[in-house]
Amino acid sequence: MFKRRHELAGATVNVVIEGASLTVAAGETVAAAALAAGLDHLRTTPVRGAPRAPWCMMGVCFDCLMVIDGVPNRQACMTRVRDGMTIERQHGARGFPS
Amino acid sequence: MSGRYDLVVVGAGPAGLAAAVEAAGLGLSSLVLDEQEAPGGQIYHAIEAAADARPDDVAVLGEDYRYGAALVRTFRAAGVAYRPGANVWQVEGDGSLGYSVGGAAHVVSGRRVLVATGAMERAVPLPGWTLPGVMGAGAAQLLLKSAGMVPEGRVVVAGNGPLLLLVAAQLVAAGAEVAALLETTDWRDYRAAARYLPAALRAHHYLVKGLALRRTLRRAGVPIHSGVRDLAALGDGRVERVRFTRGGRSREIAAATLLLHAGVVPNTQITRQAGCAHEWYAPQRYWRPVVDAWGNTSVGAVMVAGDGGGVFGARAAEIGGRIAALEAGRALGALTERMRDRRAAPLRAGLRRERAIRPLLDHLFRPEPWIAAPTDDATVVCRCEEVSAGALREAVALGCLGPNQAKAFTRCGMGPCQGRICGLTVAEVIAAARGVAVAEVGCLRIRPPIKPLTLGELAAIEPGDANG
Repeated sequence: MFKRRHELAGATVNVVIEGASLTVAAGETVAAAALAAGLDHLRTTPVRGAPRAPWCMMGVCFDCLMVIDGVPNRQACMTRVRDGMTIERQHGARGFPS
Repeated sequence: MSGRYDLVVVGAGPAGLAAAVEAAGLGLSSLVLDEQEAPGGQIYHAIEAAADARPDDVAVLGEDYRYGAALVRTFRAAGVAYRPGANVWQVEGDGSLGYSVGGAAHVVSGRRVLVATGAMERAVPLPGWTLPGVMGAGAAQLLLKSAGMVPEGRVVVAGNGPLLLLVAAQLVAAGAEVAALLETTDWRDYRAAARYLPAALRAHHYLVKGLALRRTLRRAGVPIHSGVRDLAALGDGRVERVRFTRGGRSREIAAATLLLHAGVVPNTQITRQAGCAHEWYAPQRYWRPVVDAWGNTSVGAVMVAGDGGGVFGARAAEIGGRIAALEAGRALGALTERMRDRRAAPLRAGLRRERAIRPLLDHLFRPEPWIAAPTDDATVVCRCEEVSAGALREAVALGCLGPNQAKAFTRCGMGPCQGRICGLTVAEVIAAARGVAVAEVGCLRIRPPIKPLTLGELAAIEPGDANG
Protein backbone atom coordinates (compact mmCIF):
# COMPACT_ATOMS: atom_id res chain seq x y z
CA MET A 1 0.00 0.00 0.00
CA PHE A 2 2.96 2.26 0.66
CA LYS A 3 6.47 2.08 -0.74
CA ARG A 4 9.86 3.33 0.43
CA ARG A 5 11.20 6.24 -1.57
CA HIS A 6 14.74 4.94 -1.22
CA GLU A 7 16.39 1.58 -0.83
CA LEU A 8 16.94 0.45 2.74
CA ALA A 9 20.19 2.05 3.83
CA GLY A 10 21.53 2.29 7.34
CA ALA A 11 20.55 0.02 10.23
CA THR A 12 17.98 -2.67 9.56
CA VAL A 13 16.22 -5.32 11.64
CA ASN A 14 14.47 -8.58 10.77
CA VAL A 15 10.85 -9.03 11.70
CA VAL A 16 8.19 -11.63 10.94
CA ILE A 17 5.00 -10.15 9.51
CA GLU A 18 2.11 -12.60 9.16
CA GLY A 19 4.58 -15.47 9.07
CA ALA A 20 6.86 -13.94 6.45
CA SER A 21 10.39 -12.89 7.40
CA LEU A 22 11.24 -9.36 6.30
CA THR A 23 14.07 -6.85 6.60
CA VAL A 24 12.86 -3.41 7.62
CA ALA A 25 14.47 -0.16 8.67
CA ALA A 26 15.46 0.07 12.32
CA GLY A 27 13.27 2.59 14.14
CA GLU A 28 10.36 2.26 11.72
CA THR A 29 6.88 1.89 13.17
CA VAL A 30 5.21 -1.49 12.88
CA ALA A 31 2.40 0.16 10.89
CA ALA A 32 4.83 1.57 8.34
CA ALA A 33 6.63 -1.78 8.05
CA ALA A 34 3.32 -3.60 7.59
CA LEU A 35 2.12 -1.19 4.91
CA ALA A 36 5.43 -1.39 3.05
CA ALA A 37 5.28 -5.18 3.28
CA GLY A 38 2.11 -5.04 1.22
CA LEU A 39 -0.46 -5.83 3.91
CA ASP A 40 -3.72 -4.34 2.70
CA HIS A 41 -5.25 -4.54 6.16
CA LEU A 42 -3.78 -4.70 9.66
CA ARG A 43 -6.79 -6.08 11.52
CA THR A 44 -10.43 -7.08 11.22
CA THR A 45 -13.08 -5.45 13.40
CA PRO A 46 -14.81 -7.06 16.40
CA VAL A 47 -18.36 -6.25 15.28
CA ARG A 48 -18.41 -7.07 11.58
CA GLY A 49 -15.01 -8.59 10.81
CA ALA A 50 -14.32 -5.69 8.44
CA PRO A 51 -10.71 -5.15 7.27
CA ARG A 52 -9.01 -2.04 8.61
CA ALA A 53 -5.76 -0.20 7.88
CA PRO A 54 -4.44 2.89 9.68
CA TRP A 55 -6.48 6.11 9.60
CA CYS A 56 -4.47 8.65 11.65
CA MET A 57 -0.93 7.25 12.06
CA MET A 58 -0.56 9.22 15.29
CA GLY A 59 -2.14 7.10 18.01
CA VAL A 60 -5.66 8.55 18.25
CA CYS A 61 -7.77 6.32 16.01
CA PHE A 62 -6.71 2.87 17.32
CA ASP A 63 -7.49 1.36 13.89
CA CYS A 64 -3.97 -0.09 13.60
CA LEU A 65 -4.29 -2.57 16.48
CA MET A 66 -2.13 -5.64 15.87
CA VAL A 67 -0.79 -8.59 17.84
CA ILE A 68 2.88 -7.72 18.38
CA ASP A 69 5.19 -10.26 20.03
CA GLY A 70 2.09 -12.13 21.08
CA VAL A 71 0.53 -9.13 22.84
CA PRO A 72 -2.79 -8.00 21.32
CA ASN A 73 -4.33 -4.52 21.11
CA ARG A 74 -1.03 -2.81 20.40
CA GLN A 75 -1.10 0.34 18.32
CA ALA A 76 1.14 -0.50 15.37
CA CYS A 77 1.73 3.17 14.56
CA MET A 78 3.10 3.80 18.07
CA THR A 79 5.33 0.70 18.26
CA ARG A 80 8.84 0.61 16.83
CA VAL A 81 10.12 -2.53 15.11
CA ARG A 82 12.70 -4.61 16.99
CA ASP A 83 14.89 -7.44 15.75
CA GLY A 84 12.98 -10.73 15.87
CA MET A 85 9.60 -9.05 16.45
CA THR A 86 6.52 -11.04 15.40
CA ILE A 87 3.71 -9.00 13.90
CA GLU A 88 0.28 -10.45 13.22
CA ARG A 89 -3.13 -9.15 12.27
CA GLN A 90 -5.62 -8.91 15.10
CA HIS A 91 -8.87 -10.59 14.15
CA GLY A 92 -11.80 -9.19 16.09
CA ALA A 93 -11.49 -8.25 19.73
CA ARG A 94 -8.33 -9.13 21.62
CA GLY A 95 -7.94 -12.67 22.87
CA PHE A 96 -7.08 -13.49 26.46
CA PRO A 97 -4.59 -16.20 27.42
CA SER A 98 -6.44 -19.14 28.94
CA MET B 1 14.70 11.04 41.31
CA SER B 2 11.93 13.00 43.03
CA GLY B 3 8.45 12.55 41.64
CA ARG B 4 7.42 16.16 42.18
CA TYR B 5 8.29 18.86 39.68
CA ASP B 6 7.57 22.54 39.31
CA LEU B 7 6.28 21.93 35.80
CA VAL B 8 5.22 18.73 34.08
CA VAL B 9 4.72 19.16 30.35
CA VAL B 10 2.64 16.65 28.43
CA GLY B 11 3.58 16.70 24.76
CA ALA B 12 6.87 17.30 22.97
CA GLY B 13 5.58 19.28 20.02
CA PRO B 14 6.50 22.94 19.51
CA ALA B 15 4.45 24.20 22.46
CA GLY B 16 5.79 21.63 24.92
CA LEU B 17 9.40 21.90 23.77
CA ALA B 18 9.42 25.69 23.86
CA ALA B 19 7.73 25.73 27.27
CA ALA B 20 10.28 23.29 28.68
CA VAL B 21 13.20 25.35 27.41
CA GLU B 22 11.71 28.55 28.80
CA ALA B 23 10.96 26.90 32.14
CA ALA B 24 14.49 25.53 32.39
CA GLY B 25 15.79 29.05 31.78
CA LEU B 26 13.69 30.26 34.70
CA GLY B 27 15.15 27.59 36.96
CA LEU B 28 11.93 25.58 37.23
CA SER B 29 12.34 21.84 37.67
CA SER B 30 10.58 20.37 34.66
CA LEU B 31 9.63 17.02 33.19
CA VAL B 32 8.45 16.45 29.62
CA LEU B 33 6.31 13.39 28.92
CA ASP B 34 5.55 12.43 25.33
CA GLU B 35 4.04 9.31 23.83
CA GLN B 36 6.18 9.45 20.69
CA GLU B 37 9.69 7.98 20.69
CA ALA B 38 11.35 11.25 19.71
CA PRO B 39 10.58 14.95 20.21
CA GLY B 40 8.79 17.08 17.62
CA GLY B 41 5.10 16.30 18.03
CA GLN B 42 3.25 15.76 14.75
CA ILE B 43 4.44 18.83 12.87
CA TYR B 44 8.13 18.00 13.43
CA HIS B 45 7.56 14.26 13.73
CA ALA B 46 10.82 12.28 13.40
CA ILE B 47 12.75 15.44 12.45
CA GLU B 48 15.95 14.25 14.14
CA ALA B 49 16.01 10.88 12.37
CA ALA B 50 14.92 12.37 9.06
CA ALA B 51 17.49 15.17 9.14
CA ASP B 52 20.15 12.64 10.05
CA ALA B 53 19.42 9.84 7.58
CA ARG B 54 16.90 11.08 5.00
CA PRO B 55 17.76 14.65 3.97
CA ASP B 56 15.91 14.16 0.71
CA ASP B 57 12.68 13.58 2.62
CA VAL B 58 13.32 16.73 4.66
CA ALA B 59 13.83 18.67 1.42
CA VAL B 60 10.50 17.42 0.07
CA LEU B 61 8.72 18.26 3.31
CA GLY B 62 10.07 21.78 3.17
CA GLU B 63 11.42 24.56 5.33
CA ASP B 64 8.52 24.54 7.78
CA TYR B 65 9.45 20.97 8.70
CA ARG B 66 13.20 21.55 8.70
CA TYR B 67 12.68 24.43 11.15
CA GLY B 68 11.83 21.88 13.82
CA ALA B 69 15.39 20.56 13.91
CA ALA B 70 16.71 23.67 15.61
CA LEU B 71 13.89 23.70 18.18
CA VAL B 72 14.51 20.06 19.04
CA ARG B 73 18.27 20.70 19.33
CA THR B 74 17.63 23.59 21.71
CA PHE B 75 15.37 21.34 23.79
CA ARG B 76 17.97 18.57 23.96
CA ALA B 77 20.64 21.07 24.96
CA ALA B 78 18.48 22.47 27.76
CA GLY B 79 18.81 19.16 29.58
CA VAL B 80 15.20 18.97 30.72
CA ALA B 81 14.07 15.62 32.14
CA TYR B 82 12.30 13.86 29.28
CA ARG B 83 10.45 10.56 28.98
CA PRO B 84 9.63 9.47 25.41
CA GLY B 85 7.19 6.62 24.90
CA ALA B 86 5.18 7.87 27.89
CA ASN B 87 1.41 7.40 27.69
CA VAL B 88 -0.32 9.75 30.09
CA TRP B 89 -3.49 8.07 31.30
CA GLN B 90 -4.73 10.53 33.92
CA VAL B 91 -4.31 14.17 34.88
CA GLU B 92 -5.89 15.72 37.96
CA GLY B 93 -6.47 19.35 38.89
CA ASP B 94 -4.05 19.14 41.83
CA GLY B 95 -1.24 18.43 39.37
CA SER B 96 -0.99 14.70 39.95
CA LEU B 97 -0.54 12.68 36.83
CA GLY B 98 -0.33 9.00 35.89
CA TYR B 99 1.60 7.68 32.92
CA SER B 100 3.09 4.45 31.62
CA VAL B 101 6.37 3.78 29.86
CA GLY B 102 7.24 0.34 28.53
CA GLY B 103 4.47 -1.36 30.46
CA ALA B 104 5.39 0.24 33.79
CA ALA B 105 3.01 2.78 35.34
CA HIS B 106 4.17 5.78 37.33
CA VAL B 107 2.57 8.60 39.28
CA VAL B 108 4.18 12.01 39.26
CA SER B 109 3.06 15.47 40.19
CA GLY B 110 3.69 19.00 39.04
CA ARG B 111 2.86 22.23 40.76
CA ARG B 112 1.75 23.12 37.27
CA VAL B 113 0.86 20.68 34.50
CA LEU B 114 1.06 22.05 30.97
CA VAL B 115 -1.07 20.07 28.54
CA ALA B 116 0.55 20.54 25.15
CA THR B 117 -0.93 17.55 23.36
CA GLY B 118 -1.87 19.50 20.30
CA ALA B 119 -4.47 18.70 17.71
CA MET B 120 -5.51 15.99 15.32
CA GLU B 121 -7.19 15.74 11.95
CA ARG B 122 -10.96 16.05 12.05
CA ALA B 123 -12.81 12.82 11.22
CA VAL B 124 -14.14 12.78 7.66
CA PRO B 125 -17.10 10.42 7.84
CA LEU B 126 -17.99 9.57 4.27
CA PRO B 127 -19.45 6.43 2.72
CA GLY B 128 -16.59 3.95 2.56
CA TRP B 129 -14.18 5.96 4.73
CA THR B 130 -13.34 2.91 6.84
CA LEU B 131 -12.00 0.99 3.83
CA PRO B 132 -8.29 0.17 3.95
CA GLY B 133 -6.40 2.69 1.86
CA VAL B 134 -8.51 5.61 3.09
CA MET B 135 -6.59 7.67 5.62
CA GLY B 136 -6.04 11.20 6.76
CA ALA B 137 -3.84 13.39 4.59
CA GLY B 138 -1.80 14.07 7.72
CA ALA B 139 -1.35 10.33 8.18
CA ALA B 140 0.30 10.04 4.78
CA GLN B 141 2.49 13.01 5.67
CA LEU B 142 3.52 11.25 8.89
CA LEU B 143 4.53 8.16 6.90
CA LEU B 144 6.73 10.35 4.74
CA LYS B 145 8.26 12.02 7.81
CA SER B 146 8.80 8.90 9.87
CA ALA B 147 9.56 6.26 7.25
CA GLY B 148 10.26 8.00 3.94
CA MET B 149 7.26 6.26 2.39
CA VAL B 150 4.71 7.34 -0.19
CA PRO B 151 1.48 5.67 -1.31
CA GLU B 152 1.86 3.10 -4.06
CA GLY B 153 -0.28 3.59 -7.13
CA ARG B 154 -2.81 6.32 -7.74
CA VAL B 155 -3.57 8.71 -4.88
CA VAL B 156 -6.56 11.02 -4.65
CA VAL B 157 -6.45 13.83 -2.10
CA ALA B 158 -9.86 15.21 -1.06
CA GLY B 159 -11.49 17.59 1.39
CA ASN B 160 -10.59 21.15 2.35
CA GLY B 161 -8.02 23.11 4.31
CA PRO B 162 -4.42 24.27 3.93
CA LEU B 163 -3.01 20.86 4.79
CA LEU B 164 -4.75 19.37 1.75
CA LEU B 165 -2.76 21.48 -0.70
CA LEU B 166 0.44 21.04 1.26
CA VAL B 167 0.27 17.26 1.43
CA ALA B 168 -0.68 16.95 -2.23
CA ALA B 169 2.31 19.07 -3.24
CA GLN B 170 4.67 17.18 -0.92
CA LEU B 171 3.51 13.85 -2.32
CA VAL B 172 4.06 15.04 -5.87
CA ALA B 173 7.58 16.18 -4.95
CA ALA B 174 8.15 12.83 -3.24
CA GLY B 175 7.27 10.91 -6.39
CA ALA B 176 3.75 9.74 -5.61
CA GLU B 177 1.17 9.53 -8.38
CA VAL B 178 -1.39 12.16 -7.33
CA ALA B 179 -4.29 11.51 -9.68
CA ALA B 180 -6.45 14.42 -8.51
CA LEU B 181 -7.06 16.95 -5.78
CA LEU B 182 -10.76 17.23 -4.94
CA GLU B 183 -11.55 20.28 -2.85
CA THR B 184 -14.94 21.12 -1.45
CA THR B 185 -13.94 24.79 -1.40
CA ASP B 186 -15.42 26.90 -4.18
CA TRP B 187 -15.94 30.57 -5.09
CA ARG B 188 -18.70 30.95 -2.50
CA ASP B 189 -16.20 30.16 0.26
CA TYR B 190 -13.75 32.72 -1.10
CA ARG B 191 -16.49 35.34 -1.22
CA ALA B 192 -17.58 34.59 2.35
CA ALA B 193 -13.99 34.77 3.59
CA ALA B 194 -13.06 37.93 1.67
CA ARG B 195 -13.77 40.25 4.59
CA TYR B 196 -11.00 38.54 6.57
CA LEU B 197 -8.39 39.13 3.89
CA PRO B 198 -7.14 42.57 5.04
CA ALA B 199 -6.33 41.28 8.52
CA ALA B 200 -4.68 38.21 7.00
CA LEU B 201 -2.28 40.38 5.00
CA ARG B 202 -0.27 40.82 8.20
CA ALA B 203 0.70 37.16 7.76
CA HIS B 204 0.95 37.41 4.00
CA HIS B 205 3.71 34.83 3.84
CA TYR B 206 1.04 32.20 4.44
CA LEU B 207 -1.05 33.50 1.55
CA VAL B 208 1.94 33.47 -0.78
CA LYS B 209 2.65 29.92 0.32
CA GLY B 210 -0.88 28.79 -0.54
CA LEU B 211 -0.72 30.26 -4.03
CA ALA B 212 2.68 28.67 -4.63
CA LEU B 213 1.32 25.25 -3.66
CA ARG B 214 -1.53 25.52 -6.17
CA ARG B 215 0.95 26.54 -8.86
CA THR B 216 3.16 23.55 -8.03
CA LEU B 217 0.25 21.19 -8.42
CA ARG B 218 -0.95 22.72 -11.68
CA ARG B 219 2.57 22.58 -13.13
CA ALA B 220 2.81 18.92 -12.13
CA GLY B 221 -0.36 18.27 -14.08
CA VAL B 222 -2.49 17.38 -11.08
CA PRO B 223 -6.16 18.06 -11.87
CA ILE B 224 -7.78 20.22 -9.19
CA HIS B 225 -11.55 19.92 -8.96
CA SER B 226 -13.20 22.57 -6.81
CA GLY B 227 -16.64 22.68 -5.26
CA VAL B 228 -16.95 18.90 -5.06
CA ARG B 229 -19.75 17.27 -3.10
CA ASP B 230 -20.94 13.80 -2.15
CA LEU B 231 -17.51 12.24 -1.78
CA ALA B 232 -17.45 8.49 -1.34
CA ALA B 233 -14.86 5.73 -1.29
CA LEU B 234 -15.77 2.59 -3.20
CA GLY B 235 -14.12 -0.80 -3.35
CA ASP B 236 -14.10 -4.38 -2.18
CA GLY B 237 -11.96 -4.85 0.90
CA ARG B 238 -10.01 -1.67 0.14
CA VAL B 239 -10.57 1.60 -1.68
CA GLU B 240 -10.53 1.21 -5.47
CA ARG B 241 -12.50 4.22 -6.71
CA VAL B 242 -13.45 7.66 -5.44
CA ARG B 243 -16.84 9.07 -6.38
CA PHE B 244 -17.82 12.72 -6.25
CA THR B 245 -20.25 15.17 -7.81
CA ARG B 246 -19.29 18.49 -9.28
CA GLY B 247 -21.55 20.90 -11.08
CA GLY B 248 -24.34 18.36 -10.75
CA ARG B 249 -22.36 15.64 -12.54
CA SER B 250 -21.25 12.47 -10.77
CA ARG B 251 -17.78 11.10 -11.55
CA GLU B 252 -15.55 8.27 -10.42
CA ILE B 253 -11.76 8.20 -10.32
CA ALA B 254 -9.69 5.07 -9.82
CA ALA B 255 -7.48 5.28 -6.72
CA ALA B 256 -5.51 2.87 -4.55
CA THR B 257 -5.25 5.45 -1.78
CA LEU B 258 -7.68 8.18 -0.76
CA LEU B 259 -6.32 10.87 1.55
CA LEU B 260 -9.00 12.87 3.31
CA HIS B 261 -8.65 16.10 5.20
CA ALA B 262 -11.27 18.45 6.60
CA GLY B 263 -9.31 20.57 9.03
CA VAL B 264 -7.53 20.12 12.33
CA VAL B 265 -9.21 20.08 15.75
CA PRO B 266 -7.85 20.29 19.30
CA ASN B 267 -7.23 16.99 21.04
CA THR B 268 -9.24 17.60 24.20
CA GLN B 269 -8.97 14.15 25.75
CA ILE B 270 -6.83 15.24 28.70
CA THR B 271 -8.53 18.56 29.32
CA ARG B 272 -11.91 16.79 29.29
CA GLN B 273 -10.74 14.08 31.64
CA ALA B 274 -9.28 16.69 33.99
CA GLY B 275 -12.64 18.45 34.11
CA CYS B 276 -11.66 21.70 32.39
CA ALA B 277 -14.38 23.94 31.00
CA HIS B 278 -14.60 23.99 27.20
CA GLU B 279 -16.18 26.34 24.69
CA TRP B 280 -17.53 25.77 21.21
CA TYR B 281 -15.63 27.48 18.38
CA ALA B 282 -18.28 27.80 15.69
CA PRO B 283 -16.24 28.77 12.59
CA GLN B 284 -14.28 25.51 12.75
CA ARG B 285 -16.90 23.48 14.62
CA TYR B 286 -14.74 22.20 17.43
CA TRP B 287 -14.48 22.30 21.21
CA ARG B 288 -11.50 23.93 22.84
CA PRO B 289 -10.62 24.36 26.53
CA VAL B 290 -11.40 27.76 28.01
CA VAL B 291 -8.06 29.41 28.72
CA ASP B 292 -6.95 32.88 29.72
CA ALA B 293 -4.22 34.80 27.94
CA TRP B 294 -1.58 32.84 29.85
CA GLY B 295 -2.90 29.34 29.24
CA ASN B 296 -4.56 28.79 32.60
CA THR B 297 -7.64 26.56 32.36
CA SER B 298 -10.61 26.51 34.70
CA VAL B 299 -9.00 23.74 36.73
CA GLY B 300 -6.33 24.23 39.36
CA ALA B 301 -2.84 23.41 38.21
CA VAL B 302 -3.76 22.54 34.63
CA MET B 303 -2.57 24.81 31.82
CA VAL B 304 -2.77 24.48 28.06
CA ALA B 305 -0.48 25.72 25.28
CA GLY B 306 -0.39 25.04 21.56
CA ASP B 307 -3.02 23.72 19.20
CA GLY B 308 -4.72 21.84 22.03
CA GLY B 309 -6.15 25.16 23.14
CA GLY B 310 -7.31 26.18 19.69
CA VAL B 311 -5.67 25.63 16.31
CA PHE B 312 -3.30 28.45 15.39
CA GLY B 313 -0.38 26.52 13.94
CA ALA B 314 3.12 25.48 14.91
CA ARG B 315 4.78 28.88 15.26
CA ALA B 316 1.94 30.21 17.41
CA ALA B 317 2.20 27.03 19.49
CA GLU B 318 5.87 27.65 20.18
CA ILE B 319 5.20 31.20 21.35
CA GLY B 320 2.21 30.07 23.42
CA GLY B 321 4.40 27.48 25.12
CA ARG B 322 6.88 30.14 26.17
CA ILE B 323 4.13 32.44 27.44
CA ALA B 324 2.66 29.60 29.50
CA ALA B 325 6.08 28.82 30.99
CA LEU B 326 6.48 32.47 31.99
CA GLU B 327 3.12 32.35 33.73
CA ALA B 328 4.07 29.11 35.49
CA GLY B 329 7.22 30.90 36.60
CA ARG B 330 5.16 33.75 38.02
CA ALA B 331 2.75 31.37 39.76
CA LEU B 332 5.64 29.46 41.34
CA GLY B 333 7.56 32.54 42.48
CA ALA B 334 10.38 32.50 39.95
CA LEU B 335 9.19 35.75 38.35
CA THR B 336 7.31 38.81 39.51
CA GLU B 337 4.20 39.74 37.59
CA ARG B 338 6.03 42.73 36.11
CA MET B 339 8.97 40.63 34.94
CA ARG B 340 6.57 38.12 33.43
CA ASP B 341 4.71 40.84 31.53
CA ARG B 342 7.90 42.45 30.30
CA ARG B 343 9.26 39.18 28.97
CA ALA B 344 5.92 38.23 27.45
CA ALA B 345 5.41 41.52 25.60
CA PRO B 346 7.61 40.77 22.56
CA LEU B 347 6.18 37.23 22.48
CA ARG B 348 2.65 38.58 22.32
CA ALA B 349 3.52 40.73 19.34
CA GLY B 350 4.83 37.63 17.56
CA LEU B 351 1.75 35.67 18.54
CA ARG B 352 -0.56 38.32 17.09
CA ARG B 353 1.34 38.17 13.84
CA GLU B 354 1.17 34.39 13.65
CA ARG B 355 -2.51 34.35 14.50
CA ALA B 356 -3.39 37.02 11.95
CA ILE B 357 -3.95 34.46 9.17
CA ARG B 358 -6.34 32.36 11.22
CA PRO B 359 -9.69 34.18 10.77
CA LEU B 360 -9.23 33.99 7.00
CA LEU B 361 -8.27 30.30 7.03
CA ASP B 362 -10.98 29.38 9.52
CA HIS B 363 -13.68 31.02 7.42
CA LEU B 364 -12.36 30.05 4.00
CA PHE B 365 -12.07 26.41 5.00
CA ARG B 366 -15.20 25.96 7.10
CA PRO B 367 -16.12 22.33 7.75
CA GLU B 368 -18.77 21.20 5.28
CA PRO B 369 -22.07 20.45 7.03
CA TRP B 370 -22.50 17.25 4.98
CA ILE B 371 -19.15 16.01 6.29
CA ALA B 372 -19.61 17.24 9.86
CA ALA B 373 -22.97 15.46 10.13
CA PRO B 374 -23.25 12.70 7.50
CA THR B 375 -26.73 12.41 6.04
CA ASP B 376 -26.30 8.93 4.51
CA ASP B 377 -27.62 6.47 7.12
CA ALA B 378 -25.06 3.79 6.25
CA THR B 379 -22.03 6.02 6.87
CA VAL B 380 -19.99 4.82 9.84
CA VAL B 381 -19.77 7.41 12.61
CA CYS B 382 -18.04 5.37 15.34
CA ARG B 383 -15.22 3.50 13.63
CA CYS B 384 -14.34 1.43 16.69
CA GLU B 385 -17.81 0.05 17.36
CA GLU B 386 -19.02 0.39 13.74
CA VAL B 387 -22.06 2.49 14.59
CA SER B 388 -23.70 4.17 11.63
CA ALA B 389 -25.23 7.64 11.35
CA GLY B 390 -28.60 5.95 10.90
CA ALA B 391 -28.24 3.98 14.14
CA LEU B 392 -27.33 7.18 15.94
CA ARG B 393 -30.37 8.98 14.55
CA GLU B 394 -32.56 6.05 15.67
CA ALA B 395 -31.19 6.52 19.18
CA VAL B 396 -32.15 10.20 19.04
CA ALA B 397 -35.64 9.21 17.90
CA LEU B 398 -35.79 6.93 20.96
CA GLY B 399 -35.04 9.92 23.18
CA CYS B 400 -31.25 10.24 23.43
CA LEU B 401 -30.50 13.92 23.94
CA GLY B 402 -26.72 13.82 23.94
CA PRO B 403 -23.58 11.78 23.26
CA ASN B 404 -23.48 10.04 26.66
CA GLN B 405 -27.01 8.70 26.35
CA ALA B 406 -26.35 7.78 22.72
CA LYS B 407 -23.24 5.93 23.86
CA ALA B 408 -25.30 3.85 26.29
CA PHE B 409 -27.81 3.03 23.55
CA THR B 410 -25.43 2.36 20.64
CA ARG B 411 -21.90 1.89 22.05
CA CYS B 412 -20.83 4.96 20.08
CA GLY B 413 -17.67 6.20 21.80
CA MET B 414 -17.12 3.03 23.87
CA GLY B 415 -14.33 1.66 21.72
CA PRO B 416 -10.56 1.98 22.08
CA CYS B 417 -10.38 5.54 20.75
CA GLN B 418 -12.82 6.63 23.48
CA GLY B 419 -14.52 9.19 21.25
CA ARG B 420 -11.39 10.90 19.95
CA ILE B 421 -12.43 10.21 16.37
CA CYS B 422 -16.23 10.13 16.60
CA GLY B 423 -16.89 12.65 19.38
CA LEU B 424 -17.48 15.71 17.21
CA THR B 425 -19.46 13.77 14.60
CA VAL B 426 -21.72 12.24 17.25
CA ALA B 427 -22.53 15.68 18.63
CA GLU B 428 -23.21 17.08 15.15
CA VAL B 429 -25.48 14.20 14.12
CA ILE B 430 -27.47 14.43 17.36
CA ALA B 431 -27.74 18.22 17.07
CA ALA B 432 -28.95 18.00 13.47
CA ALA B 433 -31.47 15.29 14.36
CA ARG B 434 -32.77 17.31 17.32
CA GLY B 435 -32.69 20.63 15.50
CA VAL B 436 -30.57 22.32 18.16
CA ALA B 437 -27.13 23.94 18.25
CA VAL B 438 -24.18 21.58 18.62
CA ALA B 439 -22.96 23.42 21.71
CA GLU B 440 -26.24 22.58 23.42
CA VAL B 441 -25.88 18.86 22.80
CA GLY B 442 -22.72 18.61 24.90
CA CYS B 443 -19.93 16.08 24.61
CA LEU B 444 -18.79 12.67 25.75
CA ARG B 445 -17.76 12.40 29.37
CA ILE B 446 -14.14 11.28 29.38
CA ARG B 447 -12.91 9.15 32.26
CA PRO B 448 -9.43 7.87 33.10
CA PRO B 449 -7.50 5.92 31.99
CA ILE B 450 -7.43 7.79 28.72
CA LYS B 451 -4.82 5.45 27.26
CA PRO B 452 -4.85 1.68 27.79
CA LEU B 453 -3.60 0.64 31.20
CA THR B 454 -3.54 -2.91 32.53
CA LEU B 455 -4.58 -3.82 36.07
CA GLY B 456 -1.12 -5.30 36.50
CA GLU B 457 0.52 -1.97 35.71
CA LEU B 458 -1.81 -0.11 38.03
CA ALA B 459 -1.25 -2.58 40.86
CA ALA B 460 2.51 -2.37 40.51
CA ILE B 461 2.70 1.37 41.23
CA GLU B 462 4.60 1.81 44.49
CA PRO B 463 2.07 3.15 47.04
CA GLY B 464 2.84 6.57 48.50
CA ASP B 465 5.83 7.06 46.23
CA ALA B 466 5.64 9.29 43.21
CA ASN B 467 8.50 7.62 41.34
CA GLY B 468 8.70 9.88 38.32
